[in-house]
Amino acid sequence: MQLSTVTDNLDVYLEGFVGTLKLTALGATGSLVLGTVLATMRVSPVPSLRAGATVYVEILRNCPLPVLAVLLAFGLPKLGPPIQGLSFFTWAVLAIALYHAAFVCEALRSGVNSVATGQGEAARSLGLTFGQTMSLVVLPQAFRTVVPPLGNILIALTKNSAVAATIDVTDITNQTEFVINDTVDPLAALAGAAFFYLLLTLPTGLLVGRLERRTAFSR
Amino acid sequence: MTPRTRLRIGATLAAVALAATACGGSSDGDDLGSDDKKPTFASDTTMGKIQAKGTMTVGTKFDQPLYGEKTLSGDVEGFDVEIARLIADELGVKVNFVEAVSKNREPFIQNGNVDIVVATYTINDKRKKIVDFAGPYYQTGQSLMVRKDDSAINSKDDLAGKKVCSVEGSTPAERIKTEAPKALVTLFDAYGKCATALENKQVDAVTTDEAILLGLVSKKPDAYKVVGETFSEEPYGIGLKKGDQAFRDFLNDFVEKIYEDGRWKKALEKTVGKVQDSLPEPPAVDRYTSA
Repeated sequence: MQLSTVTDNLDVYLEGFVGTLKLTALGATGSLVLGTVLATMRVSPVPSLRAGATVYVEILRNCPLPVLAVLLAFGLPKLGPPIQGLSFFTWAVLAIALYHAAFVCEALRSGVNSVATGQGEAARSLGLTFGQTMSLVVLPQAFRTVVPPLGNILIALTKNSAVAATIDVTDITNQTEFVINDTVDPLAALAGAAFFYLLLTLPTGLLVGRLERRTAFSR
Repeated sequence: MTPRTRLRIGATLAAVALAATACGGSSDGDDLGSDDKKPTFASDTTMGKIQAKGTMTVGTKFDQPLYGEKTLSGDVEGFDVEIARLIADELGVKVNFVEAVSKNREPFIQNGNVDIVVATYTINDKRKKIVDFAGPYYQTGQSLMVRKDDSAINSKDDLAGKKVCSVEGSTPAERIKTEAPKALVTLFDAYGKCATALENKQVDAVTTDEAILLGLVSKKPDAYKVVGETFSEEPYGIGLKKGDQAFRDFLNDFVEKIYEDGRWKKALEKTVGKVQDSLPEPPAVDRYTSA
């Protein structure tokens, strides 16, 4: 186990670092958008929407991410040419976003449930539609209470993006495999990988902490 | 087989079994009716330690048709598996197979998780620095597999701009980068993914040792075909802990022994012979000096 295994391959790691950053950014955005839509569906008055979102959440969050990624990346292209053309990077982003959207949805739903029912009732009695009630009154308050769990999901998502390596997308984990093969020094190479993940996740934790303080209710 | 002969065989078997039980007490642990004595080794050698344990742990592939494959029924079969079983038989011990994938073979050997690795393990200089190799006990070469209906790729020279799939940490994955520098290389952790991606048209070719490709073709002869000449020499060795010269000598001697007595050929016919008509000759054992 030698330090040079990492220092000699900084450029390799850096390429992976950028890859993980891209996967995380796109995956997080996607899962936040989809998760919000799903949470809205789960608290909506329409039974079919509630059922659809519930089924989605229960399937996606109960299926291991590596299984999901391989099923998507190798399964869906069987449908035909336009989908066949999608890159493995796209599949990785899709898998990461679809999977974590289920968790975002549940975190948000707990936030929605924490907003006093009087808020929704007041909004509806003022004549706001369900959509307006959600987007203008309930969700803004809900997001504040779920900053810590969303931060948790974001950190988990950053690390889970390593699933991309199983479908040959350039990220920290994939690049580490090259280093392992090149140096035959897996321990140092993996320690390097851990370092670069921490470089992403530790600041994420700090930022979430700051955001939490800034958005906290003044009581 | 007529009922009568079946009866006769049954009776013979019963007699043999009886005889074996009868003499079980006097002869110490000899195999049923077999008179070839298992050699015993000093207890400080690896051979002796394995005999004391009664089991030899072998790292082999579980996803490599014809070489090391775990079937749905849970059996492990293939040429590598046969070689490992012959070694265990020589030591008079049982074999315990654990899955070795390309990237965990060295740690498995170094940490002592396994006694030996027999897992389509190409002998090369980089690996020689980390582990020792006995053998080679088999030699193949790198080749290409394409979709059956693809007439555009006929050799490695047709790969410019094409997507070629192989497995991470394998020798062919490295070599294709120099043999076909303009090819776009995609690397997965299992050949099954490469084959599926080939079928899906997500990649255009799969490259690795020819015999492995033939194994894949044997699973789906309507979907894939192997094209072109082989463009490398891949000698497969038995990986063991670095510096264990006595064990290495034992394994090298043993490989030569099974070349001589035909057990090597029999193992090959039973496995690789199922899809390949012309079987390779046994490669000469390479007793290189371990640095």
